[in-house]
Amino acid sequence: MKIVVLVKHVPDAQFDRHLSGEGNTADRDESILSELDEYALEAALQLAEARGGSKAGNQVIALSMGPDGAVNAVKKSLQMGATEGVHLTDDALAGSDAAATSLALAAAVRHLGDVDLVITGMASTDGETSLVPAQLAERLGLPQVTFASTLEVDGGRLTARRDADTSSETVEAPLPAVVSVTDQINEPRYPNFKGIIAAKRKSITTLSLADIGVDPSQVGFAGSWTSVASAEQRPPRTAGTIITDEGDAGIKLVDFLAAQKLL
Amino acid sequence: MAKVLVFIDNPGASLKKSSLELLTLARSLGECTVAVNGDLSDGVAAGFAEYGVGSVLRPSVQDLNDYLVAPKAAYVAAAAETSGAGIVLLDNSPEGKEIAARVGIRLNAGVITDVVAVDPDGTAHKSVLAGSYNTACKATTPVSVLTLKANNVTPEPAPAPTTPEIATVDVPNVAAAARITAREQKVASGRPDLTDARIVVAGGRGMDGDFGPVEELADALGAAVGASRAATDAGWISHDAQVGQTGKTVSPQLYISAGISGAIQQKAGMQTAKVIVAVNKDAESPVFEIADFGIIGDVFEVLPQATAEIKKRKG
Repeated sequence: MKIVVLVKHVPDAQFDRHLSGEGNTADRDESILSELDEYALEAALQLAEARGGSKAGNQVIALSMGPDGAVNAVKKSLQMGATEGVHLTDDALAGSDAAATSLALAAAVRHLGDVDLVITGMASTDGETSLVPAQLAERLGLPQVTFASTLEVDGGRLTARRDADTSSETVEAPLPAVVSVTDQINEPRYPNFKGIIAAKRKSITTLSLADIGVDPSQVGFAGSWTSVASAEQRPPRTAGTIITDEGDAGIKLVDFLAAQKLL
Repeated sequence: MAKVLVFIDNPGASLKKSSLELLTLARSLGECTVAVNGDLSDGVAAGFAEYGVGSVLRPSVQDLNDYLVAPKAAYVAAAAETSGAGIVLLDNSPEGKEIAARVGIRLNAGVITDVVAVDPDGTAHKSVLAGSYNTACKATTPVSVLTLKANNVTPEPAPAPTTPEIATVDVPNVAAAARITAREQKVASGRPDLTDARIVVAGGRGMDGDFGPVEELADALGAAVGASRAATDAGWISHDAQVGQTGKTVSPQLYISAGISGAIQQKAGMQTAKVIVAVNKDAESPVFEIADFGIIGDVFEVLPQATAEIKKRKG
């Protein structure tokens, strides 16, 4: 089985994050592998291991699109157990919105040959739009199974469970398919010492737009279908009234709600 | 005048508040056509007339609910082409965003999610990076696809009702789509949906396994129940209730945070609430930095007392 996992290098949500520069894009200092992508990678590793792992010809390819630093997301994926890494990088990609990102990623996936599954996280923790998995599926003409909380593959079909607010669904799709997984699907492994050593011997292929046959005008700010006109930092919320309970705080809380006309 | 298409999926017997918000926004932007999926009940048809909908489109096939996203997107894109819409509006649910995503590719249209307001020129406003920035963005394409977050538009009927025409749209064949083979309805809690709720009461680690006081306060206020990841991971409450970066972002009028310390990812889920109330026994909790009203106290004393007081005042 050949599985591609999309991994993104995102600003660490533990710290305050900033928009800067042309097009108000996220400042990528202090970036890490998106936490939500670890679940996608773990799901891919489990599928590959259940089929005899890399010895039986199963490939788990970690693919990241982004500037130089994005290679760190690929390295971490290799340490966790991905068999190969691919870093799609090109100056023209800067500022790509979801539509342009999905175009470049679709071309990169096609470039990798006959892929059985593309697995992604449920959202990136920076853009948070959740658009890319569905747009990638549409561009590749593949079924999408999104927000999967379980994933099984049997022969040429996959079965997954998907939880919505009012119902839970079981869905089936033929392979190849695009799957996004939630943080409920598994418990991602930590890279162990063996994995870290093994990762040093694994190769990372660098691809440019020319390699995947994408014209620079189709991506980046030029190829995006949305643009950010302005971004204003929201004034930080300030603390209001803080009281210590002296046995009547519940009543004071209701007084506050009544004064705010919230009852 | 601009033409606006609103997609409403399986409205049931009457239109939800979030749908009325979409129709109200659509009317402010131009001439509104609705693409509906599922039964068109009398209550829903009356709602469309009351909210000034010009025409109603229905799909040529009945099995859109049997598949995941792709065929619905094909239908919405076809409906947008039929109606000549320059703006397509959908709700901001996970499925609404995914349909929007695929519609965008089908129509070569820019997609903007989590929208809270739209200017007459189509500029959309949203907040990003966990509510820390407000941005104005615009599709650079002839058609734009926007998903509207609930609770940001006040529903208002049209000055004069309309008599919408009803037409059918041919749904293009979608070769590859995931099929839904089983659907299990969750037990309805009787509480409002978390994402649409006007009031949310959320509990965290400090609830120590007992969500009773959170649920009772929520019921007294007619609120939805939310939870931090620590509480859902501990299995104290269903994962559906999770608010925050990996759960749901909510923007209610009132957010009551009980026993939640307010680490940055938790703040992410509540930052855009209009009023924040926090109850926590640890005076150092970061949540107090953003609370409009904070109580340093025991959730098991403060919440039941507040619940009893609300019941007393409401008679």
